[in-house]
Amino acid sequence: MIIADLHPGLPFFLGALVVLVTPLRYRWIPLLLTPLLGFINLMGWELGTTTELTFLGFTLNPVRVDRLSYLFGILFHIAAFLGILFSLHLKDRMQHIAGLCYAGSAIGAVFAGDLLTLFIFWELLALTSSLLIFARREPRAFRSGTRYLIFQVGSGVLLLAGTIVYFNDSSSLLFEHIGLTSTAGWLIFLAFGIKSAFPLLHNWLTDAYPEATPTGTVFLSAFTTKVAVYALARGFPGTELLIYIGVTMTCFPIFYAVIENDLRRVLAYSMINQIGFMICGIGIGTELAINGAISHAFNDVIFKSLLMMTMGAVLFRTGKINGSDLGGLYKSMPKTAAFCLIGAASISAFPLFSGFVSKSMVMAAALEEGYHWVWIGLLFASAGVFHHAGIKIPFFAFFSHDAGIRVKEAPTNMLFAMGLAALLCIGIGSYPWILYDLLPFPVSYLPFDNTHVIAQLQLLFFSALAFVWLKLSGIYPPELRSINLDFEWVYRKLVPTQFSNLVSAYQRFAEIAHRLWVYSSRRLEVAGRRLHGPDGQLSKTWMTGSMIVIVLLTLSAVLLKNLL
Amino acid sequence: MTLLGIDNHLPALQVVIPLMGAPLCFLLRRPVLAWGFSVAISSATLIIAFLLLQTTLQTGPLSYALGGWAAPWGIEYRVDTLNGYILLLVTAISTLSLLYARTSFEHEINSAQLPLLYAGWLLCLTGFLGMTITGDAFNVFVFLEISSLSSYLLISLGPDRRSLTAAFRYLVIGTIGATFILIAIGLFYSMTGTLNMADLAILLSKNTESRTFHAAIGFLLIGLAIKAAIFPLHLWLPNAYTWAPSAVSVFLAATATKVAIYLLLRFLFTVIGAEHSFNLFTLNQALLPLGVLAVLIGSVVAIYQDNIKKLLAYSSVAQIGYMVLGITLVSLSGLTATLLHLFNHALMKGALFMAVGAIFYRTGSLRIADLTGLGRTMPLTMAAFLISGLSLIGLPLTVGFVSKWYLVVGAVEANQMWLAIIILLGSLLAIIYFWKVIEIAYFHHKSSEAPVVNEAPLSLLIPTWILVGANIYFGIDTRLTAGVAEKAALLLLGGTP
Repeated sequence: MIIADLHPGLPFFLGALVVLVTPLRYRWIPLLLTPLLGFINLMGWELGTTTELTFLGFTLNPVRVDRLSYLFGILFHIAAFLGILFSLHLKDRMQHIAGLCYAGSAIGAVFAGDLLTLFIFWELLALTSSLLIFARREPRAFRSGTRYLIFQVGSGVLLLAGTIVYFNDSSSLLFEHIGLTSTAGWLIFLAFGIKSAFPLLHNWLTDAYPEATPTGTVFLSAFTTKVAVYALARGFPGTELLIYIGVTMTCFPIFYAVIENDLRRVLAYSMINQIGFMICGIGIGTELAINGAISHAFNDVIFKSLLMMTMGAVLFRTGKINGSDLGGLYKSMPKTAAFCLIGAASISAFPLFSGFVSKSMVMAAALEEGYHWVWIGLLFASAGVFHHAGIKIPFFAFFSHDAGIRVKEAPTNMLFAMGLAALLCIGIGSYPWILYDLLPFPVSYLPFDNTHVIAQLQLLFFSALAFVWLKLSGIYPPELRSINLDFEWVYRKLVPTQFSNLVSAYQRFAEIAHRLWVYSSRRLEVAGRRLHGPDGQLSKTWMTGSMIVIVLLTLSAVLLKNLL
Repeated sequence: MTLLGIDNHLPALQVVIPLMGAPLCFLLRRPVLAWGFSVAISSATLIIAFLLLQTTLQTGPLSYALGGWAAPWGIEYRVDTLNGYILLLVTAISTLSLLYARTSFEHEINSAQLPLLYAGWLLCLTGFLGMTITGDAFNVFVFLEISSLSSYLLISLGPDRRSLTAAFRYLVIGTIGATFILIAIGLFYSMTGTLNMADLAILLSKNTESRTFHAAIGFLLIGLAIKAAIFPLHLWLPNAYTWAPSAVSVFLAATATKVAIYLLLRFLFTVIGAEHSFNLFTLNQALLPLGVLAVLIGSVVAIYQDNIKKLLAYSSVAQIGYMVLGITLVSLSGLTATLLHLFNHALMKGALFMAVGAIFYRTGSLRIADLTGLGRTMPLTMAAFLISGLSLIGLPLTVGFVSKWYLVVGAVEANQMWLAIIILLGSLLAIIYFWKVIEIAYFHHKSSEAPVVNEAPLSLLIPTWILVGANIYFGIDTRLTAGVAEKAALLLLGGTP
């Protein structure tokens, strides 16, 4: 290498700086070059290297390259390239810069060898990603962006607390296996849990991702949750609790996804479902399961990006994203429709598409370890995924009844990005060994044997049959313009209402207190009133007076406390 | 310097130079001259402070007998690591904000009043430096009055008429605070017959049972808490900071409460002694709830503000709460956190108030709603605001993170997890009030009839960015700040003055 190894995340931040000063016309050059140069830089790092640095008197390991971090590093470079290519047409410099910094933070986080470095990038992830939501520049996006940010920073705060407690216990900051045996472990677990959208902690995802810009969601769907999956795989493999959390995550979003109208929100729910598979694999913790979880994360980033890109392209061209407003778009956007079908096939794990080669590993591992109920849950979830992501998304957007929308095909850069992602889906699906060679553990698993293929095909056909039957018999929930309330209701409605009640009660109290004061001061303080002017000044007198009352009260409290 | 023997008199010069400079500054009449002169004076004090800190770090505490009268009878100036650090902070902030002040004052204040303003500034600086450097309890009161009276003047010269009432209210409450401190010092004197802090420390420890002592501590605590704006005695602060001239807000927000916190530390740990303050009188139990309430209420109130300076002022109330929490831990890491945050908060609030002053310079408004579109029209100013705000929240690689880190470590070491949670909750609240501003400045569309504004002039931007740079530099290289803060904390816990 000519350039000595840079920190793997650094090229993206440098790229963001270059983009900042490059005029619009030439901005595509640094944008596209950044992930490519970053990738070359990453290739220069050898497996097994760890760097050291002293900060605040602690020894940190800003870069640790092992098989696990290396694979995620490669994945994030691919995702960043796809996301950038997809958003190349934008004239919004801030989104480009935010996207680059976001990708850089994600890469920094997976290479972090200690908890403090991890925390630093964890916070950067939160901030940079929220910009992609705010960049939509609509009141709804502002509100959900703020909620998103609070969740994300809350996760960071937990991570920081956990890190400090961890350091206090073990006087080490190394990010290795942590486990749930200590308070520190639980704090960190919860921090990772928020970012990987554990049930009841997941609302930031379904709340905010669909509100981001069409291009922003593509970035969002790739990084934040996958960094969390990486962190769980590093810190908590084989934690049994994760199996049950994972299964819950695969199953519950299906119901929401079926009734949801906003197609990007459907994808957000299906994202939780896919992360559930990964978390389940991490929880099982055998070599096969971890391999499955990791490779599924790899594939999910690509096919979920692809699906998000197709929906982004639809939103970009039509300005609509609700299933009830769309339909028949295959006539005007045939290429996008084709890419969407490839993405749908991949997420539904059709043989020869990428989802198949990884998802079945997790399920096989569940069976091997004797988690039969878990296996059944995952099976149900696979059917559900096919249903809402595999059929519902392409069906309502591109086929279904013709909504009469006639638009142009997606811009060329979007088509290229989608094409590239589709190519990867098929490539990995047909020749999975490119991916398998990168996995942390040696792979002896054969995806294309008879049982796997036949079981999966049966599952898919029966689930398709169910959709057709439900649709024909009219039982299938129609696409309605409705807002589905999830757990977030508690903090979006319940807490604010109670809070405003509290505030108004306080205001009433303050009003009464004020009147009492005005009344008594009129009687008592004629002289004081003369000092401060005849009228209109009373409120000001009151405020100075009340300050003094408070001073005296505090003084007497302290004196009493001291003397007694 | 050595030839003239001046370096022996550095502690006195630290105070005398600005004191003598103030009337001269007023006599200069021409605003530009007065400004140049006060910058020169302030820079001189900065150099002296730097030399003093360096000397104490190398050779230990310096004692200087004013007028040649030896310690318990004469007035002693005493510089150790702790107040050397505070002196450096105060003089550095004063110099930087004076550099910033010229353009800002010319825009906000009638030029006839400018020499008066600069003279008041130097007097205020004198007061802060005197309070910090002196080793004599009564001398503290004298300098406290000098700084208070001049800061009432500085605030009352603000561009809005509301500055008059704000200054008046501060005057009333500040005088009460100063009187309480005087009462406390008087009581100490009646018990021991001495005013020298070191001497007081020895004599007071023999007489801990006396009621007078108890009462004195009560008055002292409340008096200092008023000057330090510790919740619920902070009520003077929001209006004073909001309606003061922009540069004065920078100066006062970054120094005034810090000096008061310093005095609190000096009295609690050195004069009364940590043993008595916290074991006998359990003052930490009195301060702890105040600190917690300050963090929570200050932050929540800040969320609801629609005036940007008021928002920052309430956030200061919350940040002072963090410093109080650090004190209540009575541990090395807790005190280090307080001292670090004292310095770091000055850096971030200074930068924030400077950015707001630059915005006011261009837009003439302090309403948060009027910030729309400034991310585009004043990119450098808003970037400065953004970075120092992130520092306020406590993002890694900024100073805010460093002090929060030490504070949480202190809380965890003391086995007070709930306190760590409060501290972290405070930073979540900070995100809410701060992000509200960022959202409006960067993401809201500007209405078409709004006036077009340009980037702030360089004379405002350069000092702002120096502080922003310091926010990042000291966030990465903590050797100076954390190193000195830890030494000073050790000194305080060691009990020797």
